[in-house]
Amino acid sequence: MFLSMNWISDYVDLTGIDKLQLINKFSLSTAEVENEIFFKGSDISGIVVAEIKEVNDHPNSKKLHLLKVDAGDNELTEVVCGAPNVRVGMKTAFAKVGAQIGGIQIAARELAGYVSNGMCCSEKEIGISDNHDGIMEITDDVKNGTDLKEVYEIDDIVFEVDNKSLTNRPDLWGHYGIAREFAALAGRELKPLDLADLSKYDELPKVDMKIEDNLCQRYSCMQVRNIERSVSPVNMRIRLYYCGMRAINFLADMTNYLMLEMGQPMHAFDSRKIEKIRIKRFDKPFIFKTLDGIDRNIDENTLMICNDNIPVAIAGIMGGLDSEIVEDTTTLTLESAAFDAVSIRKSTVRLAHRTDASMRYEKCLDPEMTVTAIARFIKILTDIDGDVEVVSSLTDEYAVKYDKISLDFDKKFVDRYTGIEIDNDTIVKTLKSLGFGVECENDNFHVDVPSWRATKDVTIKADIIEEITRIYGYDNFDVNTALAPLYPVRPSDEKNVEEKIKDILVKRYSMHEVHSYVWMYYDEYKELGIEIENNIKIANATNPNIETIRKSIVPTQLCQVRYNNSYSPDFAVFEIGRVVDGLKTDNMCNEKKKLTMTMFSKTKSMEELYLELRDILCVIADDIKHKPLSFENTKASHSYQHPKNLNLVICDGKIIGEMGIVHPVVSKKIDKKANIIYAEIDINDFAGIKNDSIVYSEPSRFPGMEIDITFVSKTYAPIGKAIEEENCNWVKDVKIVDTYIDNNSKSITVRIFFSDSERTLVKDEVMKHIDSIIERLEKQGISLKK
Amino acid sequence: MTDKTLQIKQEFLENLKGVKDIAGLETVKVQYLGKNGVITALMKDMKSLDAEKKKQFGQIVNELKTEVSNAVTDKFEELKKAAVEAEINLMEDFDVSTPANLERGSYHPITLVQRECEKIFKSMGFTVEDYSEIVTDYECFESLNIPKHHPARDMQDTYYLENGQLLKTQTSAAQNAIYRKYKDALINEGKPIKAIFPGRCFRNEATDACHENTFFQMEGVMVDKNISISNLIFFMKTMLSEVFRKDIKVRLRPGFFPFVEPGFELDISCLICGGDGCPSCKHSGWLELCPCGMIHPEVLKAGGIDPEEYTGFAFGLGLTRLAMMKYGVKDIRDLNSGNLKSLSQFTDDE
Repeated sequence: MFLSMNWISDYVDLTGIDKLQLINKFSLSTAEVENEIFFKGSDISGIVVAEIKEVNDHPNSKKLHLLKVDAGDNELTEVVCGAPNVRVGMKTAFAKVGAQIGGIQIAARELAGYVSNGMCCSEKEIGISDNHDGIMEITDDVKNGTDLKEVYEIDDIVFEVDNKSLTNRPDLWGHYGIAREFAALAGRELKPLDLADLSKYDELPKVDMKIEDNLCQRYSCMQVRNIERSVSPVNMRIRLYYCGMRAINFLADMTNYLMLEMGQPMHAFDSRKIEKIRIKRFDKPFIFKTLDGIDRNIDENTLMICNDNIPVAIAGIMGGLDSEIVEDTTTLTLESAAFDAVSIRKSTVRLAHRTDASMRYEKCLDPEMTVTAIARFIKILTDIDGDVEVVSSLTDEYAVKYDKISLDFDKKFVDRYTGIEIDNDTIVKTLKSLGFGVECENDNFHVDVPSWRATKDVTIKADIIEEITRIYGYDNFDVNTALAPLYPVRPSDEKNVEEKIKDILVKRYSMHEVHSYVWMYYDEYKELGIEIENNIKIANATNPNIETIRKSIVPTQLCQVRYNNSYSPDFAVFEIGRVVDGLKTDNMCNEKKKLTMTMFSKTKSMEELYLELRDILCVIADDIKHKPLSFENTKASHSYQHPKNLNLVICDGKIIGEMGIVHPVVSKKIDKKANIIYAEIDINDFAGIKNDSIVYSEPSRFPGMEIDITFVSKTYAPIGKAIEEENCNWVKDVKIVDTYIDNNSKSITVRIFFSDSERTLVKDEVMKHIDSIIERLEKQGISLKK
Repeated sequence: MTDKTLQIKQEFLENLKGVKDIAGLETVKVQYLGKNGVITALMKDMKSLDAEKKKQFGQIVNELKTEVSNAVTDKFEELKKAAVEAEINLMEDFDVSTPANLERGSYHPITLVQRECEKIFKSMGFTVEDYSEIVTDYECFESLNIPKHHPARDMQDTYYLENGQLLKTQTSAAQNAIYRKYKDALINEGKPIKAIFPGRCFRNEATDACHENTFFQMEGVMVDKNISISNLIFFMKTMLSEVFRKDIKVRLRPGFFPFVEPGFELDISCLICGGDGCPSCKHSGWLELCPCGMIHPEVLKAGGIDPEEYTGFAFGLGLTRLAMMKYGVKDIRDLNSGNLKSLSQFTDDE
């Protein structure tokens, strides 16, 4: 919203105050002002009122005329002018030689052979409207040679307030409310509005009007006739133009002017079209043509202004084409109303049509304002056009009153909230300057909230704190730390686990942390041949490609791996992110936090890569929980899983995740030559596992004994199990030192290290255990390598 | 020395000259000093001599033996030294001017800024909380004083799920749970609530270089008996000065957010020009950074805390924005792209 300093100054005397500083203060205390401030008229000087005394055709041009104008000097000035509306006796804006327009200095200049000693200007050239049809017309009563800036309010400072920052301030949608803020900020008096006395029309008949729906809180109207004027006064048009509105005609300009001044939207109907005003909703949807000529679908929730049963306007949003003021309108009905803000907002959304009026109604306008606005309207109207006749008394129905709000609090409350000392007098003065009724007795305050702040903005004590502190100025605050007791802060297990995993993967295994989206990417999954599995969906997705929440990070990560397939022949990525595994019994999402890793390699064999990932998982478990992992083969159930080498990852007897190879079909689409494997671990499950503490054992001072034995076995598992079952305390370490595949038989050489902390072991006693292990394995058909 | 011993000595010295390595020296050593060596043979010869001669000859042979033995030792040392030198000479000069192999992984930039913020707040006694991404309407809106049809809901285009839950639009969605988690300790033990909760948020909107539907925020709250606006400004200024590692100016402007009252927009002095005005702050000298305010009494009430007795402040920091500002990331979409050409550049930054 654009605001004019001149307009604000109608209501608060700001003489002697730096306007820019005040605007900055407003930005820090009330609402955000955009950076660019417009100094209207600053690029204009030396433009005077001049009268055209002579108009002659230009011998060399059909368009141009040779004029002689009286610019208040001793002799007439010869000017060449191309405007179509030149005529003898007309007064216009004249830029003399030496004048400035838009940074250009006017000089005597030859136009088609004749010298022009200055320039007659259009309103657009002066910057007060976008009218460039002809040169400006000025009323006859102004003396020739008068500086135009003395006649009209051309000089102004205009600034823009971000509408969003006014969302919660229904009182700031017009200049009068803004002036109240400026008055409070500058410590000056707010002047009252100049209003017509409507009581003198009380004898006149009422308008036939009835509110039939409580979505209309208040409806005030009045009828006037005999409005002859069609063009608004220049100063009014300048203000409208500076505030971003185009002048249309006198009546439309008047309603706009009122809206910009008071924030109250108004509407003027042709009285012939609205003899019985009824405000209501309709049972069935229908089509309604608004005054912009567009057919709009009205449903049963939309509040309408009607002439009995014929709708004539969408309440609070826009008037209808049929009831608009036209050429032969003589009597008009002026509407000033208050509507339910939520209803207006919803209708605006349904109609996808936001207007200056609806934008204001959405903010919960002050219902007390409707009559004041009519009084102001009548005042301005009759001041400008003395012939206007009021033909009805004020007709006003106040169906839903706003709740009056009073708040009580004490000085301690203010001190506690602010943390600084603001004295009682300052509190009282500040609140009074903003229109609050204040009583203060012995540090106890009783505050009445004014109607323009009571509709939703100021409802509780904390709101009063804001009023006091923002005017006091946050820059003036003493800044202090809090005096609160201190307690140690323990990070959660889960947080610890996450941070440690990240460090291990990044620092030890050179993995890259990535983030991805929480939904399945339909297009990319399809390209990779990954099935879109059924899971909870977004109900209002606007992008059809992102509808279902993911069940696993693996597929989304594979999409990212594919994107990076030329990044390096070997790389690995990981993410700690969320998935949803269907719904729980209470119908809530079963949200889980997962660690997902994918390794991509063109240089390592699948087995090497797979065992590397196995080791990484074991390192994580060992490092963070001091626990070993075990793995258990499982069946594939997702399209991206290779049916073989799919293993559950088990820690402390609990399944915490899985690791596997990417299905060849998917893998080939990511990269024809790369081996790609993944693992996914449930962070919550892993974090929940008890951390084994470190058990220290004194190293033996006696030499130990290493025994190598080679078995013919497909896997190490039974060997490891047999050694474990031997339960021999002397076994301190078991290593695989060789594996050898020959004629389809695989042999594994293990090196077992025996030692005792008390003495040197004798070969015979060690060999007893070795024999026992061998015997155990032979029973399972696993023999020694011959 | 007899002719014979002299001859032996001569021969030995000749032989020793010819020795090139330790093995050769060993051969010569055995040849003279071994069991069947020349000098040992001389000793044997001695048996046939009379006592007088024996003594004389014995002396000579012993001298010879000592001389030979010392010569062998010297030669051994010499050879060993030569061998070490040869080994040293064999060592080539390496070219350290080649590019270093910096193979390493990378952290997501969000992890880096998040860790940094967490560290600062932990040092001031704040707990770090984790919260789910899918929440209820109550958590995200109702409990935060944003009833149905509140215009603030329009500002946050929400992803609703089929079961009525939603993807959280703001980390404030965790506030209610956090108040409930710590309120007993606050009320019964007088422990102030000091918590931050970083997390991922979602908005149902079209994406471009400046807009993402998935981004990170970090919420912070502090609740105790006398928490004031003055405290809020202190914590924000301190925290932000730490984050940006320089003394920054902050200013508050009124801002409307339903869950705080008074609510503020917090600006910081422009990081690039320091407040003088430059293109990146649109010549204002200030950057709008984060919303904050005093926790709305209704929000405290919903969390089981009596607003007549306790006050608190809350703030919401855009971690994604912070990461972009800190590292100069221009396109917000890079962060969720998984593009390693971008992401692999972010190494440990503590």
